[in-house]
Amino acid sequence: MNYIGEHLLPGQIGHFFSLLFLVSAGVATVAFFMASKNSALVAESVSWQKIARKAFLVETFSVLALFVTLYYIISHHYFEYKYAFNHSDKSLQIEYLLSCFWEGQEGSFMLWSFWHCVLGWFFIRKKSIWENGVLGVINLAQFCLATMLIGLYFFNAKVGSSPFILLRHDTVAPIFSNPNYLQMLGDGKGLNTLLQNYWMVIHPPILFLGFASTIIPFALAIAGLLNNRHEWTGTALSWTGFSAAVLGLGVMMGAAWAYESLSFGGYWAWDPVENASLVPWLTLVAGLHTNMIYKNSGYSLRPTYFFYIISFCLILYSTFLTRSGILGDTSVHAFTDLEMNTQLLLFLFVFLIPSMVLYAYRYREIPSIAKEEDSYSREFWLFIGSLVLFLAGIVIIAKTSVPVFNKVFGTKIAPPEDTEYAYNQIQIFVAIVIGILSAITQYLKYKTTPRAYLGKHIWLPTAIAIVISLSISFLGDINFTKKGMGFLWAIHIAIFAAVYSVVANFSYIWLVLKGKVKAAGASVAHVGFGLMLVGILISSSKKTVLSWNTTGITPLSANSKGSAAGDPAENITLFKGLKTDMGKFWVTYQGDSINPLDRKRYFDIHFIAKKGEESFSLFPDVIKQNKGGEGFAANPAAKHYWNKDIFVYITSFQENNQTDTSTFQPRTIKVGDTLFYSSGWMRLDSVSVNPASRQFLYANDETAVFLNLTLEGKNGSRYPAHPGMALKGNQWRPIVDTVVAQSVAITFNRVLDEKKGLLEIGVKQSASITSLLTLKVYEFPMINLLWLGTILMVIGFFLSVWQRIRFGKTGRSATS
Amino acid sequence: MKKTSIVLLVLIAAAIVVLISYTGDLTTYETIASAKEKPGKFVNLIAKINNDYPMEYDAVKNPNYLSFVAVDSLGNSIKVVYHNNKPTDMEKSERLVLKGKVQDDHFECKDILMKCPSKYKDAPNNQTVSKTL
Repeated sequence: MNYIGEHLLPGQIGHFFSLLFLVSAGVATVAFFMASKNSALVAESVSWQKIARKAFLVETFSVLALFVTLYYIISHHYFEYKYAFNHSDKSLQIEYLLSCFWEGQEGSFMLWSFWHCVLGWFFIRKKSIWENGVLGVINLAQFCLATMLIGLYFFNAKVGSSPFILLRHDTVAPIFSNPNYLQMLGDGKGLNTLLQNYWMVIHPPILFLGFASTIIPFALAIAGLLNNRHEWTGTALSWTGFSAAVLGLGVMMGAAWAYESLSFGGYWAWDPVENASLVPWLTLVAGLHTNMIYKNSGYSLRPTYFFYIISFCLILYSTFLTRSGILGDTSVHAFTDLEMNTQLLLFLFVFLIPSMVLYAYRYREIPSIAKEEDSYSREFWLFIGSLVLFLAGIVIIAKTSVPVFNKVFGTKIAPPEDTEYAYNQIQIFVAIVIGILSAITQYLKYKTTPRAYLGKHIWLPTAIAIVISLSISFLGDINFTKKGMGFLWAIHIAIFAAVYSVVANFSYIWLVLKGKVKAAGASVAHVGFGLMLVGILISSSKKTVLSWNTTGITPLSANSKGSAAGDPAENITLFKGLKTDMGKFWVTYQGDSINPLDRKRYFDIHFIAKKGEESFSLFPDVIKQNKGGEGFAANPAAKHYWNKDIFVYITSFQENNQTDTSTFQPRTIKVGDTLFYSSGWMRLDSVSVNPASRQFLYANDETAVFLNLTLEGKNGSRYPAHPGMALKGNQWRPIVDTVVAQSVAITFNRVLDEKKGLLEIGVKQSASITSLLTLKVYEFPMINLLWLGTILMVIGFFLSVWQRIRFGKTGRSATS
Repeated sequence: MKKTSIVLLVLIAAAIVVLISYTGDLTTYETIASAKEKPGKFVNLIAKINNDYPMEYDAVKNPNYLSFVAVDSLGNSIKVVYHNNKPTDMEKSERLVLKGKVQDDHFECKDILMKCPSKYKDAPNNQTVSKTL
């Protein structure tokens, strides 16, 4: 059949370059390894290297071509391609077209291999003796990535998933019997609304650069093991520093996104997806420190090998975790299962098993020093710190791997009741140890430290840190008692440790390095890390809900400890135009409007502080769900102060567009009587004739009778209501009064019995009386310390990388 | 024995203790029938909404009260009470992970994890495509 309007050429180009990518990566792998093997025969090695570089050039070109082709398909809205149909639509803003790449697995694999190419060329440019070994390893990884993209069948087994496959080839549907199906298809399914956020444009490229860059220390270690030479550790330091900086930045950008979209309820929720990228960072940083030890003292080469190997393998493991669908019931944010589990596992094992075998095989030959480190030496405490980081990582990844354990052993273990606390209660001790170690260790010298030197320098920062942390503890009102006194104590000790780390490293720059900031990369990074810890501790233990709502809590349920019904809940209901009491603020839902550009509905929520003059509006929004979803995805809005953020988040809304089908129910009442309605009761207090206060409702020639009612809602709030009627001769007209907050409209119908004082009123209860929304409001204090710390840490990493590239090219300065 | 080795052993022992103590915190996935036998115990139910019964959520009355009837794959049902807002698109969800405990006649839910056909998914597009067209 001839289909109308299809564009088949880009797909053919895509398929061609996918294959070319695979082949050239294979050739480059073999050639680079041959070149590294024949190091004795120089000429042969050089010619192998020439072939390898050419293959790598072709490969790089193929990857770029794949990128351009896929971008062309997405940006031209060629929905005949499955990838464009599933991940984009016509209304998408240009800046989010790139986000479509990483919504799917195929695009993010492409991104990964793109960074491999970039890093590879940088490495080649350095003219390192390790080029062949390192590029060989990179190309093996590239080959594996290429297999993920080809989407071909070998002996009935699907290998990879191509982003260039046509929708009609992938899907069986009656529509494809129509040659004009594209016209009927109309539009794509769109980009997931969660990803329509500017952080999602920048976070994935940075994170994948971090992922990709961990291969360099790994490849150096492998090349070192293969050749039984260990000078690579000098080269590795700056690459590892770069990798730790970028990976750390990528992880924290993910945290910033999670924070801003509140999709995890904060910046960190120990979601498996977050853990899987944090753990390799921890082991990489451990490796960076042992690498420093080896460079300066000759100790800890064996652990350096181990940490670098395990870091890259953990990246591959996290790839498996997040992409295999195995996290299904524990993570909200994993990729879709593309049925490539076997292939993803193979990717892991292809690297893990040979490298571990090689490591074990060479272990005895790796030089190590028999003599023990001095207790007052920097290398001893650096090693302890690295070990703690590594073990913290092991504990995190073990907990995260419960679904894998379930799958392998057929068990049905579920996460604990309070997942976050299960992590926090352990990691807080890691924070204490790491905080204190990073404070003190800088003041120790390699080999051994004279006691006088240590005493002279360390007392001042220690004293300052104690003063600052005590004032935070006493004046900061940190009173997180939810998890018991033990945990609260741990928080206070951890605050000291974090402050200590900041102060000690800061003073190290002035006291010891005499203010030479350029040379203080490590100290700057540690100050940043310490600030991050302070920010995490304060913001997490002091996060407050401003929208506490006690509706529906009876004295009875409030007493029953531990039941959810007894706790105040986080959602508060706002009616359009009605000023509502919310803790420190009066809030009003003033209106909403739809921005046609980003297709979001913005709500105007006005805040007036009860204390002081402050008032401001926030505009949280909702965007219509796509991909089969019918509801809305909410984006919070935040008011940023220097010391806190206030977040507003729409949890549901109801528009006043339904036709009102409910009717006024007649009820009999007399003065002093009480009537119940669905959400409270009302009492008729009095009847007044021609009250001056209501004069705006009736004309001068009318006689008006008003009922003065008091309504009390379930939450105890009282509202006055004044339904009435105006009489003019034989004519009368009702004056309806509406209590918006209770969604009740009341009329005064007639007098039933004048003598007994019986009156008939009409009560109508309807949700459609007004537009309403429910929202949550959070306050995160001191969150800026976390972001500031992150930035400082990254700057510190880059400073030391830059310093090392400029001044130190040698392997080890001290040999044992 | 070397100092380093001692520290190493202590830390590794600590890590093992931590992991073992963690297993004490772990909960289990249960069916509705088996959860009912363990009232008050925190469990995870895998279920879906039973559409034969109305879902109760009225933001006007109480924005923090959601109640519905869940049914599991074995066909057992239980009333679920969730003291929070109704998660968006909950009706569309074909699979719910309900975290909480059985209390008296109902399941007191602390957290709902939804498995929507929509989220990040393109696997069931066979149905979606044919449905939308």
